[in-house]
Amino acid sequence: MSYSKNSQNIYKSRYLFKQRLAIITALISVAFLAIIGRFFYLQIFKYDFYKDLSENNRIVVIPNVPNRGLILDRNGIIMADNYFVYSLEITPSKVANLNKTINNLKPIVELSASDLKQFRKILKESSSLDSIPIKTRLSETESARFAANKLRFEGVEIRSRLFRRYPKGAFASHLVGHINRINEEDKEAIKKLGWQQNYKGTDSIGKLGIEKYYEAKLHGITGFQKVEIDANGNSVRILNSTPSIEGDTITLSIDSNLQEIAENAFNKYRGALVALNPKNGEVLAFVSRPNFDPNQFVGGIDVDEWKLLNESLDKPMLNRAINGLYPPGSTIKPFVALAALENDIRKPPFNIKDPGFFTLPNSGHTYKDWKPYGHGIVDMVMAITISCDTFFYGLGIELGINKLSEFLSRFGFGEATHIDMFGENAGLLPSPEWKQKRFKQPWYLGETVITSIGQGYMLVTPMQLAQAVATIANGGLTIQPRLIQSIKNSQTGKIETFKNKIIRELHFKPENLALVKEGMMNVTQPGGTAASIGAGAVYKMAAKTGTAQVVEMKRNQKYNPNRMNERHRDHALFIAYAPAEDPTIAIAIIVENGGHGGSTAGPIARKLMDYHLLKKIALSKEDNKAAPLESEHHD
Amino acid sequence: MLERLFPRLQKNIDPMLMIFISSTLVVGLFTLYSASGRNIILVLNQLFYIGLGFILLWVTAGIHPKYYEKFALPIYIIGLLLLVGVMFFGQSSHGAKRWLNLGLFKMQPSEIMRIAVPIAMAWYLSKRENKRHAIDYVIASLFFILPVILIINQPDLGTGLLIAASGFYILFLAGLNWKFIVGGIVGLFSLTPIIWTHLHDYQKNRLLILLDSSQDPLGSGYHTIQSSIAMGSGGLIGKGWLNGTQGQLDFLPEQTTDFIFAVFSEEFGLLGNLLLLGLFAFIIGRSLVIASQAKNTFTRLLAANIGLTFFTYIFINIAMVSGIMPVVGVPLPLISFGGTSMTIILISFGILMSVHSHKELVGSS
Repeated sequence: MSYSKNSQNIYKSRYLFKQRLAIITALISVAFLAIIGRFFYLQIFKYDFYKDLSENNRIVVIPNVPNRGLILDRNGIIMADNYFVYSLEITPSKVANLNKTINNLKPIVELSASDLKQFRKILKESSSLDSIPIKTRLSETESARFAANKLRFEGVEIRSRLFRRYPKGAFASHLVGHINRINEEDKEAIKKLGWQQNYKGTDSIGKLGIEKYYEAKLHGITGFQKVEIDANGNSVRILNSTPSIEGDTITLSIDSNLQEIAENAFNKYRGALVALNPKNGEVLAFVSRPNFDPNQFVGGIDVDEWKLLNESLDKPMLNRAINGLYPPGSTIKPFVALAALENDIRKPPFNIKDPGFFTLPNSGHTYKDWKPYGHGIVDMVMAITISCDTFFYGLGIELGINKLSEFLSRFGFGEATHIDMFGENAGLLPSPEWKQKRFKQPWYLGETVITSIGQGYMLVTPMQLAQAVATIANGGLTIQPRLIQSIKNSQTGKIETFKNKIIRELHFKPENLALVKEGMMNVTQPGGTAASIGAGAVYKMAAKTGTAQVVEMKRNQKYNPNRMNERHRDHALFIAYAPAEDPTIAIAIIVENGGHGGSTAGPIARKLMDYHLLKKIALSKEDNKAAPLESEHHD
Repeated sequence: MLERLFPRLQKNIDPMLMIFISSTLVVGLFTLYSASGRNIILVLNQLFYIGLGFILLWVTAGIHPKYYEKFALPIYIIGLLLLVGVMFFGQSSHGAKRWLNLGLFKMQPSEIMRIAVPIAMAWYLSKRENKRHAIDYVIASLFFILPVILIINQPDLGTGLLIAASGFYILFLAGLNWKFIVGGIVGLFSLTPIIWTHLHDYQKNRLLILLDSSQDPLGSGYHTIQSSIAMGSGGLIGKGWLNGTQGQLDFLPEQTTDFIFAVFSEEFGLLGNLLLLGLFAFIIGRSLVIASQAKNTFTRLLAANIGLTFFTYIFINIAMVSGIMPVVGVPLPLISFGGTSMTIILISFGILMSVHSHKELVGSS
């Protein structure tokens, strides 16, 4: 190997090296430029974006969920309050293997199938960053056992949560209502109302009854705590904090003792009852039977339990007091009577001789009275007292459906009472126009005949009926009915009460009203259709019994309750007020499939009146004796 | 005495390189103080290793390159044996077997290989300088392939890839034919599916997360998201020293080691980044200048490799922290906390200075 070749090689290899180094230097420059480009992208173009992220990273706003306001009855008895429970909660995002964690938890806390089902359900609806309860109402031993094993369970924590409690259980459930976990629909509603900020951290919302209607008052104002946190979510320090303001306390106008007497009086019967003070519209008792236990709904109701409630033939979730639609039956007669008097169709001492049936002029169609051979000579007062159908058949025809319908509408039939509860039904007040629109058929005279005794198309809710009775009791003045007496502002302590709101002033001629009232008063006197209900009472009760057919009878078929399907038996109705001279309570009662109004619905009214007026709690046994079924007849 | 000692001390030291390195180290110490949550003990610990590193730098700078050439193979073989030793007797931590307990002290043989592999390859290729055949490049490749396989199996993907990269640099600079380079790249791509199946789950995960870090914000993508937030929120001038919220509140993972750049970037912003990048660029540039001035193939390859490896560390680390590369455990040289990494880097600069200061004396043997 010559020297020159060697040096040539050296030269060549150095040249090659420098060439390659130049290529690499170029590549390094490109790499540096790429990095610098990335710096510009992150630190200049996306600066605002990342700045916000870093702020949020650092500061979390923790809502201080307010205590929900209490619901009390008029005597201050608690109908809904809150209590702390310890619940075991899992944050899915912090758990590596959810199924394994749950399996490991099983020996430590008792997890029922429904606990797990409920957990899965909420899990589906929540974000993985939420803390989801797997077991609520931990027992003390369970808490202790978990605390000892806590280190094994990352992402699982014991939290104390405020739970809603309804100490009275199923009692007054349709009135008080319940809360339940916020679902998608509720979220939409919250958004529409602009409540999102105030509902941060709140997981439940009023779904029914007072809980729903007064949600805005009961919820309270959410406080916030701005906390600087580290990457593990541990708070480093509190930056600032505003306390929550608990929800307002709502005092119902309901007297829970009265309510309890009413509910118990229904026994196994389905039905509804509304009792109000005619002078100020305060609802004193609000019953819908059967009811449900609102405590079941707190924290989310189990799917099976819900199915049971929802699919039951007895419809426990139906609020019969405002949603139940019933033909008023003979309870409509006092109103029809007043219509005839006010329209000068009837004037005392007008009377008829009742043969036990009514024949429609020009058609020969006959309509039977409930009493086979008639009541004899009957005047207006007597017609109400003994519930004479024949008297009202003829009266109705002379009055005509238009005038009848118009007059009944003055009592609020066919329109909602606007009681402070959502979902009220408006009932149905028929008229020829309505029939034309609904069925494209003309109105038949025969329909006027049966409308006059509260059968046919007309439908009322117990709430409407109660309001109408109260109007008569109050001399033609309709006061807006309401379920609450006052709202106590938790922040200021100020108690907001409500003025009576007169919604209608019906100027009846005093002599006409007196006549109707006399008829109603006599109902509970010897000879009246509810004579036994008034028997032995030291006060005077005005009333009217009613029966609403559930299935239509064939012309020659005889009504025999013992041979019928229980659900096909007639509904029993009863309206009343007392003391007759200066009424402080007006009641409407419907007992589904209860048969005759005087026999099943009447005794309930008597018990309420006795308590309300005399503070006497009647024993059910004595009461049954006072109202022997046999002594009563159909109206 | 002092007047005589000082010139001796600085005889083999390249002043320009030394200034850049020292400046970077100062930046690093300040950043470490902030990143560690004002942990002065940690900073002193780092300072100790810097001191040790400087001594070793001074020692290695004083050693003539011919000795590196002479001991290239023995050091390499010892390193390889230690790596095999790790496989059988290694100590596990965090699911990886990287450490070897030698009684007196614990060591990571993979760190030794970071220096031993390029020296051995440079030695081999310069030895075959004038009679190189294709087979020589294959043999040279085996010098890095064997340890890389062992290291990736530990598993330590980061170090493995870095050593592989340094092997490629040597092959490339030594003049590997373009045909092989292109062939190699094509071959590597076709091997990707096979490599994929041999990756550990967490390594696969990291690669997948890079494609969409938002997929799993609290899982593997967490690191990337948090470091991007830190950097982005730093903006142009940064939040100020000790004021980076991401770093101070522990949102950043590994913030004193692999992710320290995010802390720096959050507190000093884009301007700080450019300054630090400038310091790094000077160090790399100086290394390449030294390489181009080197007098023989061995020193040339060695010097260039040291500069390029340094660059590779920086690039991979910053690219990872700023979210354009998957998360691989690579420290930021001269800044990240870590004794071994610090001393090895300073030693490699010592070797670089040795190449520079002995360039006139190297014969063309």
